[in-house]
Amino acid sequence: MITYLSNNSETVLAALRQHITLALIPVLLGFLIALPIGYLGVRFPWLYHPLVNVAGVLYSIPSLALFVFLPVVLGTKILSPLNIVVALTIYTVALMARTVADGLRSVDRLITESATAMGYRRVRRLFDVELPVALPVILAGLRVATVSNISLVSVGALIGIGGLGQLFTRGFQLFYIEPILVGIILSVLLAGIADLIIVLIQRAVTPWTRVQGGRA
Amino acid sequence: MITFDDVVKVYPGGSTAVDHVSLELPTGKMTVLVGPSGCGKTTSLRMINRMISPTSGRVLIDGKDIADQDEALLRRGIGYVIQHAGLFPHRTVLDNVATVPVLLGKTRREARTAALGLLERVGLTEEFAKRYPAQLSGGQQQRVGVARALAADPPIMLMDEPFSAVDPVVREGLHREFLRLQQDLGKTIAMVTHDIDEAIKLGDVVAIFRQGGKLAQVGTPQELLTAPADDFVAEFVGRDRGIRSLSFDSAAELPVGELPADLVLDEAGRPLGWKSAGGVTPTGGTFTTSDSLRLVTDLAISSPVGTAVRVNAEGAADGVVRHHDLADYLATRRAAS
Repeated sequence: MITYLSNNSETVLAALRQHITLALIPVLLGFLIALPIGYLGVRFPWLYHPLVNVAGVLYSIPSLALFVFLPVVLGTKILSPLNIVVALTIYTVALMARTVADGLRSVDRLITESATAMGYRRVRRLFDVELPVALPVILAGLRVATVSNISLVSVGALIGIGGLGQLFTRGFQLFYIEPILVGIILSVLLAGIADLIIVLIQRAVTPWTRVQGGRA
Repeated sequence: MITFDDVVKVYPGGSTAVDHVSLELPTGKMTVLVGPSGCGKTTSLRMINRMISPTSGRVLIDGKDIADQDEALLRRGIGYVIQHAGLFPHRTVLDNVATVPVLLGKTRREARTAALGLLERVGLTEEFAKRYPAQLSGGQQQRVGVARALAADPPIMLMDEPFSAVDPVVREGLHREFLRLQQDLGKTIAMVTHDIDEAIKLGDVVAIFRQGGKLAQVGTPQELLTAPADDFVAEFVGRDRGIRSLSFDSAAELPVGELPADLVLDEAGRPLGWKSAGGVTPTGGTFTTSDSLRLVTDLAISSPVGTAVRVNAEGAADGVVRHHDLADYLATRRAAS
């Protein structure tokens, strides 16, 4: 495996770079799109259930089907990385819109009401009080979305673009175990590191969730 | 002054929460809204900062209809304390207290400095400043809640059952400190409680609501105890209101008798107790002219010889009151009024 790595370091690195880009751009885009959608599901309570249902349906579309189907809708080439980005963004939005809505709904009414009673207007209350308090729930969802995206990118290899997934297809085509192993190890490592980074961010921005109760 | 002018609140679905209430909450005084659950007291309170708007009628602050004012600006000028405090879990104690000043445009640094002073005011040391609400006891959270409401020095404070989530001992302490604080600050306060004893203890004015959102009676605690408007108020105020109303009567005018021979004194004239077969029985307590008739009555009843002992500022006994002296005094006073 070491020999394989040293002989093919450029291919592996290029695959890793592509994998990271294809997985993380959709996380970022999806999160930004999901924020307002999730908020709407809380601001207008009748929207919540349709939102959850639509998100559930979107998330259940098989990824391969979406990769093949999107070029038809978007008019992109079948081999364009854009298909992967759009498909994974859709999954992220499906996952995160619901998480954002659930996170905001989990904020105690007592807290939002006392914010209003102190003279917060709606928008500032959202950014100063509701989103920060909902952050632990939202970041937990973001971890799931990130790890799920990192594993889904590999499926793209079946249509020719899939970051580390291409190492799998190559290995299968050549009856050669090393690239498969390298691909698996690297994508697991990548998922683990991304998850760890989000956990560290969460610890840094939500210190109040870790304090010991001193109630007496 | 806060004025309720023929205020009605009917909720969608038809239930009437507040039914033609007209009420004045005097400036610088504490008005307590009290009544059984579902009597509209909280709804009324929440109409003062427009958390709820009336179906008809007006709420005015210093003669100005609050319906014409910007909601958020109005609220920043009204302190708000609720049961369980409603603190922001993601902010430190200091930043919780600094909330409204920051909303009003103060820098975070200025607001924090002022917040430190306020923490001290409500009896919390500096070490609490950096803690999060989850690290505080219920009583401590409530103190932070009061400090947060006071932070922008609003002329008006609304308090919705602020002391009911803490245990009786802590509540007693909070009451005392709150009364002292209010004596210094002289805010116009509207407080809601379901506890008539708390209302009588804290209120300058008490407004008793009855089921269906109607006002039953408004008056000073003493007026409610001595002259309840109807059976509902009499029952709500409680059976022992006769005794309780004596809390508001000073013992200053109460005539005292000469010291009897069986009262044992030390060299300074301080009472040690009553002569008895086994030696000296302690008096069980004394009163001064600044105490209430309730205390005198209690002392006379619990004394082994049916006599309460009065002492002067130095602690020396200067007179006694017996059961029948009290009864006579109350009878002549009633005849005079």
